[in-house]
Amino acid sequence: MFALLIDVTRCVGCGACVAACCEANGLPLEEGADLGPYHYTVVRKVRTRRGEVYYRLLCMHCLDPACASVCPIGALKKRPDGPVTYNASICMGCRYCVQACPFEVPRYEWNSRAPKLGKCSFCAERLQHGQVTACAEACPTGATLCGERNELLKVARERIAAEPGKYLPKIYGEREVGGTSVLYISHVPFRTLGLPEHLPLEPLPGYTGRALSQIPPLVGSAGIVLAGLWWLTDRKAEVARAERETRSGGRR
Amino acid sequence: MMIRRLFWRWLALAILAAGVYATIVRFTQGLGAATNLSDQMPWGLWVGFDVLCGVGLAAGGFTITTAVYILHLEKLRPIVRPAVLTAFLGYLLVIVALLYDLGRPWNIWRATVMWNPRSVMFEVAWCVMLYTTVLAVEFSPLLFDRLGWRRASRAARSAIVPLTAAGFILSTLHQSSLGSLYLILPTKLHPLWYSPLLPWLFWFSAVAGGLAMVIFESGMSARAFGRALELDVLEKLARAMTVFVGLFLFLRWWDLGRRGHAATALHVWGADSLPARMFWLEMALFVIPAALALSSRWRRSPQRLFGLGCTMVGAFLLHRLNVSTTALAAGQSYFPSWMEIAVTLMLVTLGVAAFRFAVRHLAVFEGPRRMKEERPTQVVYA
Ligand code: SF4
Ligand code: SF4
Ligand code: SF4
Repeated sequence: MFALLIDVTRCVGCGACVAACCEANGLPLEEGADLGPYHYTVVRKVRTRRGEVYYRLLCMHCLDPACASVCPIGALKKRPDGPVTYNASICMGCRYCVQACPFEVPRYEWNSRAPKLGKCSFCAERLQHGQVTACAEACPTGATLCGERNELLKVARERIAAEPGKYLPKIYGEREVGGTSVLYISHVPFRTLGLPEHLPLEPLPGYTGRALSQIPPLVGSAGIVLAGLWWLTDRKAEVARAERETRSGGRR
Repeated sequence: MMIRRLFWRWLALAILAAGVYATIVRFTQGLGAATNLSDQMPWGLWVGFDVLCGVGLAAGGFTITTAVYILHLEKLRPIVRPAVLTAFLGYLLVIVALLYDLGRPWNIWRATVMWNPRSVMFEVAWCVMLYTTVLAVEFSPLLFDRLGWRRASRAARSAIVPLTAAGFILSTLHQSSLGSLYLILPTKLHPLWYSPLLPWLFWFSAVAGGLAMVIFESGMSARAFGRALELDVLEKLARAMTVFVGLFLFLRWWDLGRRGHAATALHVWGADSLPARMFWLEMALFVIPAALALSSRWRRSPQRLFGLGCTMVGAFLLHRLNVSTTALAAGQSYFPSWMEIAVTLMLVTLGVAAFRFAVRHLAVFEGPRRMKEERPTQVVYA
């Protein structure tokens, strides 16, 4: 499975990845834009105690994505080779995916009559043709690497081990929400990069799954209980009626 | 009297005009132009009120039909028809609201063919479709009678017991699944509202809210159509309502304690205290009418009973709006645009108008009493 490794310490903020992404996807290049329906990735700058830090954001391509699990018609899908892809032609625009994504990634064309979702596609087509993603190809410093997830995890661990004073001892995305295909290593806390901390390590779809799995037994037992209650009360009503009739002496 | 009628008529017209304008904007320029929604707050008033509350308030339908046709509580029979009518109209309005809210409503049918059973939204879609059908059949005899279609009417009536059972199960799934929608947001929803028990909480509050809605609606129609209130019936409903509110509150506090968040509710001053304050407002609205409904003096007075019903409906609405708005960080700064409000008001107005129309032309409020003394289990009414 493919993954991207983003090494925040190496990002110089040149924006080559953004430009490459726009070109590869036929999107307009805009200075200083936020993630949006036409901006699949952004480079941001944040001032920290360790100086100015540049970093990029994009869809995390979760291993068990909340967005794909909530989509009622499967317009979002996790592909076995990594990408979480979106099929606009079947999307009904319920925006449950926007609501459910823990990283606030999917963006919606709010001002369209036939609105679509915009988010990084992990250059799914390029991967299929054996190429790396456009952003990884464009990155001049190796801050974005594209490769096998296991390989990249190894690279990340090696880099952290080689310079323990520099890196935080953590690979963001290794285990968050069950793991993601985009991995970060950094010298500043991930929180300052706007990556949510304290995410559960369990995939989010599991939270819903537990409730949904109660449904079949619930339906079964509700059916049985209802039938039983109906029979009981029906019987009771009949007995009461029969008693009334005998008491009033008349039998039909 | 005259002036009051004129006032309501003009108000309704003004609402409809605003609603039509908002509709045009919504469908020609998109959701962004008509609403205050954003990527941070993708669900607003139309989901939080029209769908979550609309479905919940329709819960009177399945509660009352179950009580009458499954539990044989004959006393409740006179209110079956209005309850079913309310539920049916409620569901129709929910569907209309969904068409407003979905960005690409023409793809809605795909939920029936492209299955993703892992999605709660998928479950919701099926429940809406199936239960609306059940309600339509439950309601249809009134229409058939009016048209003189004896056979059709009898056929629909003969199926009432299995229909009621199906309605109970579908409603249970639907009410609870609206809560399950939010289970995927363990990190985004405020801990005062996020709970693995959300589906159960939604179910209990829906039953209580649905019963409150029947009380409210009986009071309203008593006024509007000059009927006497079925006080002995409604008093029973108030009692049942208290039981369900009690269970709801018990579950709510037990769950807060279990998750270690009971103290979170004490954060009522200072920064970020809005959720706690809204939590207590919600609590007060639930607890006060439930406590008062314990006293038979309150239950037996038409005005007070009506007041209890209204407050409980309010509590229910606030709970759902809190889950869908206050509990989300982005929701705390969200306020619906006037066009969102206009569409919602328009739908409510249309619902009320449809109810009036049905009462005027169909036997919503008559029938059952006439033959109550005979063998009730053989004569099945819808
Ligand atoms: S980051 Fe969000 S949009 Fe991307 S795969 Fe994960 S849940 Fe889906
Ligand atoms: S907005 Fe579209 S892609 Fe997102 S959950 Fe709804 S149907 Fe699926
Ligand atoms: S993987 Fe492709 S779509 Fe995603 S940010 Fe990189 S270039 Fe853009």
